[in-house]
Amino acid sequence: MHVLVFVESNEGKVKKTSHEAVAYAAALGGSVTALALGRVDADELAALGKFGASKVLHAADDRLNQEVIQAYAHVIAQAMGQTGADVLVLANSSLGTPIAAQVAATIDASLATNVVALPDTSSGFSVKRSIYSGKAYCWVELAKPKKVIAIRKNAAEAGGSGGAATVEAFTPEIRDEDFRVKVTGTEKATGEVLLPEAEIVVSGGRGMKGPEHWSILEALAKELGAATGCSKPVSDMGWRPHHEHVGQTGVKVSPQLYIAVGISGAIQHLAGVNTSKYIVVINKDPDAPFFKAADYGIVGDAFEVVPRLTEAIKAARG
Amino acid sequence: MKILVCISHVPDTTSRIAFTDNNTKFDTKGVQFIIGPYDDYALARAIELKESTGATVTVLNVGLAETEPTIRKALAIGADDAIRVNAEPVDSFFVAAQIAAQAKAESYDLILMGRESIDYNSGVVHALVGTMLNIPAVSPVMKLDLDGNTVKMVREIEGGTEQVEAAMPLIAGCQEPIAEWKIPNMRGIMSARTKPLKVVPPVAVESGVKLQRFELPPPKGAVKLIPPDKVEELVHLLKTEAKVL
Ligand SMILES: Cc1cc2nc3c(=O)[nH]c(=O)nc-3n(C[C@H](O)[C@H](O)[C@H](O)COP(=O)(O)OP(=O)(O)OC[C@H]3O[C@@H](n4cnc5c(N)ncnc54)[C@H](O)[C@@H]3O)c2cc1C
Ligand SMILES: Nc1ncnc2c1ncn2[C@@H]1O[C@H](COP(=O)(O)O)[C@@H](O)[C@H]1O
Repeated sequence: MHVLVFVESNEGKVKKTSHEAVAYAAALGGSVTALALGRVDADELAALGKFGASKVLHAADDRLNQEVIQAYAHVIAQAMGQTGADVLVLANSSLGTPIAAQVAATIDASLATNVVALPDTSSGFSVKRSIYSGKAYCWVELAKPKKVIAIRKNAAEAGGSGGAATVEAFTPEIRDEDFRVKVTGTEKATGEVLLPEAEIVVSGGRGMKGPEHWSILEALAKELGAATGCSKPVSDMGWRPHHEHVGQTGVKVSPQLYIAVGISGAIQHLAGVNTSKYIVVINKDPDAPFFKAADYGIVGDAFEVVPRLTEAIKAARG
Repeated sequence: MKILVCISHVPDTTSRIAFTDNNTKFDTKGVQFIIGPYDDYALARAIELKESTGATVTVLNVGLAETEPTIRKALAIGADDAIRVNAEPVDSFFVAAQIAAQAKAESYDLILMGRESIDYNSGVVHALVGTMLNIPAVSPVMKLDLDGNTVKMVREIEGGTEQVEAAMPLIAGCQEPIAEWKIPNMRGIMSARTKPLKVVPPVAVESGVKLQRFELPPPKGAVKLIPPDKVEELVHLLKTEAKVL
């Protein structure tokens, strides 16, 4: 089996979810080629070998510095053809998911997004998907010879014990029609831990009372190297930007640790967090539904507990 | 201008999810079905554009007869007519192929969908239809305005947003705050009963994905409560028991 992995990058660095995609591909047991597009740091590319890529193709064309889905899909479909890969693995993300679809439609592959675990290849090739907004899973067989798999965070562990990969330039055909969607501007937080990438998420709800109180959550997040999230009413009221809102209608996160502060735990919020490995809930109401979904809980006032927790973590770090 | 809105028919967001037949069938008992929440945003924006430009709005669902109340609701909200492709929506590729076949016959200027369905959460139908029709597909779209033949959009990306534009015809996968959900009024409900709802047979498509079985997550154990004045204990547990610090 030959597997191609599309790796995403942010500010020149390969994303953690893409490291996991390479590790996922390596675990399938064949040879792994990674493909990076646009501007990416050279050492980041060679380092993909650590996660299991034997070769890295890099299409450095300036036109690929902007993440245009159709253009990326066209380049990746060509790489599938040239490398003779049977399987494409990429991260399930706002970029990866539509690309997965467009490549699958182009090369006539079986497609699965939201994949949460390594496949079962005991008979055929089956993958486990998260469905019903995290409330259930399903196993589906990918029956066509070619397969496209978009993986959720933590579907594979990016251990990183391999050597360096060889990096080769890749010069695909790039058509004008791939750029019918023009990007005219970007507004993006820089230097922050991206929410879908984060191993730890500190999230606040309406119980935080107002945007001016987010500093205590940010201090906790900083101490933990975490990203910050929020509940839907919080972003609806404009306390926090929309891209931080977690849940059924927002971002779905799967961190190692999700810390929910002043969030009641409505089913629509839980839908975005229930694949987290561990959940800590801090809420002053002992009957808040979130405690039923939590591993650890503190019944208490956020404004007292959170600063104390930040201090305790600092102290434990020494 | 002609707008097509594709709606899914999905369990209400508060539904308890369960399966029958040895975990091979979704248990519909006690489940209320709704227009997908993201599809509802797409529909709301389409109705706004109808009001401001005089566009016609057609809704399309791929589903069996049981989806008709959901389709009628979309008509009550303000769509002009509806198409139901009479088939079980077995997978995204199948659904996309049905939408593409209908769209080819009618050449819509704008095809609005939800960013994702909340049952299968694939987030791919718009992108698949885009490739099948060879027209641009953009998702998730938070804002969509027309400027002549150009569609100007704000798209959410990880950690922010980007402004994009493209000429029609175009497909957009919508999410809030593109428009406010619309609630049907009495007049809408009355007129929906007589609006045209065309039932068409599906085109033949070979599905590449076969459902094997459903699975529910293991039940969560009881929460460990830590007194608010003993946060060090929580830190200790996170370090030694959960091993996440
Ligand atoms: C179709 C649909 C989709 C939705 N999608 C989402 C979604 O994606 N994400 C989402 O989050 N919601 C979503 N919702 C909304 C959801 O139903 C809830 O209304 C929302 O999650 C509640 O947000 P909250 O927990 O911040 O606020 P509240 O429910 O008001 O809870 C605030 C909590 O803070 C606690 N609190 C108050 N003061 C303190 C204090 N000093 N210290 C500690 N705790 C305190 C309270 O005990 C309470 O539990 C959706 C709803 C619908 C209908
Ligand atoms: N059965 C269906 N009929 C019509 N449109 C659908 C159907 N399923 C999904 N869609 C549309 O495609 C979007 C994306 O769905 P999905 O790719 O399944 O997450 C949805 O938000 C709907 O707008």
